[in-house]
Amino acid sequence: MYAYAGKILRVDLTTGKVSTEPLSEELAKNYIGGIGLGIRLLMDNSKPGTDPFSPDNPLIYVTGPLSGTMGPTAGNGYAVVSKSPATGCVGEAKAHGFFGAELKRAGYDAVIITGKADKLSYLWIDDDKVELRNAEHLRGKSPYQTDVAIKEELGDYYIRVSAIGEAGEKLSRIACIINDEFRAIGRTGLGAVMGSKNLKAVAVRGTRDVNVANLEGFKEFVKMIHERMKGPATKKYKTLGTPENVLVLNSLSALATRNFTNSRFEGAEKVSGEYLNEHYVKKIVGCATCGMRCDHIAAVSEGPYKGAISRLEFECLWSMGPLCGIDRLDAIIEAMKIVNEYGMDGISIGVVVAFAMDCYEHGILTKEQTEGIDLRFGNAEALIALIHKIGKREGWLGNTLAEGVARAAEIIGGDAYKYACHIKGLELPGYDIRTLKTAALGFSVAFRGACHLRNGAYAPDVKGKVNRFKIEKGRGKMIVSDGNLYNIIDSLIVCKFSRGTYYDGLKDLANYYTLATGIPMTAEELDKAGERIENLARLFNIREGKGTRKYDTLPWKIMNVPVPDEGPAKGAVVTEEEFQIGLDDYYEARGWTKDGVPTVEKITALGLGEYAYIVQGGKA
Amino acid sequence: MVRPQDRKFVTADPEKCIGCVVCEYACSMTKEKTYNPTKSRIRALRLGPLVNLAITCRHCEDPACVAACPRNALTQEENTGIIIVDEEACDGCAWCISACQFGAMMMHPEKKVVFTCDSCKNEQDGPQCVKWCPEEALTFVTSDVLAQKARISAVKNLFQEAKEKKAENK
Repeated sequence: MYAYAGKILRVDLTTGKVSTEPLSEELAKNYIGGIGLGIRLLMDNSKPGTDPFSPDNPLIYVTGPLSGTMGPTAGNGYAVVSKSPATGCVGEAKAHGFFGAELKRAGYDAVIITGKADKLSYLWIDDDKVELRNAEHLRGKSPYQTDVAIKEELGDYYIRVSAIGEAGEKLSRIACIINDEFRAIGRTGLGAVMGSKNLKAVAVRGTRDVNVANLEGFKEFVKMIHERMKGPATKKYKTLGTPENVLVLNSLSALATRNFTNSRFEGAEKVSGEYLNEHYVKKIVGCATCGMRCDHIAAVSEGPYKGAISRLEFECLWSMGPLCGIDRLDAIIEAMKIVNEYGMDGISIGVVVAFAMDCYEHGILTKEQTEGIDLRFGNAEALIALIHKIGKREGWLGNTLAEGVARAAEIIGGDAYKYACHIKGLELPGYDIRTLKTAALGFSVAFRGACHLRNGAYAPDVKGKVNRFKIEKGRGKMIVSDGNLYNIIDSLIVCKFSRGTYYDGLKDLANYYTLATGIPMTAEELDKAGERIENLARLFNIREGKGTRKYDTLPWKIMNVPVPDEGPAKGAVVTEEEFQIGLDDYYEARGWTKDGVPTVEKITALGLGEYAYIVQGGKA
Repeated sequence: MVRPQDRKFVTADPEKCIGCVVCEYACSMTKEKTYNPTKSRIRALRLGPLVNLAITCRHCEDPACVAACPRNALTQEENTGIIIVDEEACDGCAWCISACQFGAMMMHPEKKVVFTCDSCKNEQDGPQCVKWCPEEALTFVTSDVLAQKARISAVKNLFQEAKEKKAENK
């Protein structure tokens, strides 16, 4: 096989047994790699109803077909897939940087990790040599400290490490996995799955060749993408970066503020991409093989947070800024830094803190319960103090909030559920979906929970292609085609920031795939693969009892608290009626039943016939 | 006869280099027809988000690698300054690797002999890493031109500072 390593590694942490098996070309073509291949391996390597923290829940590292090649962005990616402890559904996330290429060069398309080590350990993959090593001395260390310590211990600076921090060790359901200092397998709490296995890190050294099928053709394709990356398609990411969204969304009344109370933030200017770049960004760096560069490295040079340095993107800036009512970038940069040190999802943590602030403002949490922290919206010191508590699971509040908003609301009880902004247990990302209603529908049906990156449904709203204050027939179709495309992007593990450089969309991506792998592929086949992956993920969620209509929901505030701000968005809220119309429309566009279940015909047509038992209520 | 200061080598501008390793991939693709940084003649290093640099052979005058070789396997080309490895004579002892202060001499993972940058002397358009660098951080220059560039930026800085001071005093 070209580009693919052609090999899957299995590691049982309980017994220490290690084995490999070949990756078939059929599986490769049908599921591509990344999340597609990962979800298929998750389905086939787990039993229904497995607890996410059970040793039987597989934690699957997957590379993409292009990982390890010179392909810009796709050359460096990897994904992790498992059953999510946040949602109980498919858990998946991707990260770029340098780690993914190294794993491919070590010779693996996927690593299936099961079992539980008897003490905190790390997995050392040195090409063919695979070893479980003691990591007790790394307990409590940040992912980056772990990275540095392992490189030193093994004596090779070019080793790449993917690790958890204290939050993952302590099974926080918002814990992430981090490689290359601040590149995160961020969403769906996969760091906690790793922690439940007593696995602190995966360290890799790969020295093998990665060969593509058509070197000359591939080289020309890469050259073309490099050229396009110099142009308008990536301008946003190379200049202000994603924080450009702050003022754009604010002007659209779509910048969720104070836990989705307001849709505009009076402090937006002070936390804007413009302000950030002028005052804090020191350098813009990039990942392996990428000609784009987007990593805005922000540093604080004075004041109480002097010395804080971190990469900062819109989503995390939003969650720990406007969503908490905070208008101080120095505090947000410090918050981002410590969130990375504990190893937590930078979106979820902000939503969790904002939830606690909302509860506090409504008298649901008392000052006694916050242990003296004055959890008002806008209190930057409170944000920092609470992040430390959550990262350490310190005290009743830290321990409760480390469970994520859905579970925390249950523990707190009373009206707390009203302020928990999540879908399926995953905290909302940075869009006020009361004023971006295609996004509201798209987020509600995303298989990993509230997510803007499963179908990009905010785009037609933000770009003014539809009436964003209304859900109507036709939106389902948009979500379907973009959903399929995004599944392919995440299976090739192309960075979504580069999506604009594939002018011909799936046609470009199919060409890219064939040049690298030598496996014939058309745009239609890719679209079908995207659909197959979506249906398979849905089937997994149904198998786990969370995949039907009643789980495609929206947070209470989105459907019950109209936007109070003056302006065109005033009064906006998602009504039950339009939401149900939207769900019907989406399911119809997908060829699913009214209950949101794929039909046997649909499943069979996608080559998923072996899973028909899931929708027929039977057993395998 | 080319003067030493006229020899060209590949160098990275620390202000521009972002450690993206595109140069490593371009090199291994050109020289070895595969993607494998351990077979690249140029290596990039990221010591932190703000500390990145790609390094390759600088074709030194009186090169330490040549002097260190106990088997006379290394010679320096008179005109270009390129270090030539006699792969028959090299036995992979790595003395040249310890001698090079830049880490630009490396052991080939398969051939088990050392290898280093030859400025892509067989490529019509010169070093391919320079051509591919998306940040235009790599240049193929002489030490003379590097010195000129350093002087120009020093002078610019000085006059910029002077201007700013003047503006402040006004």
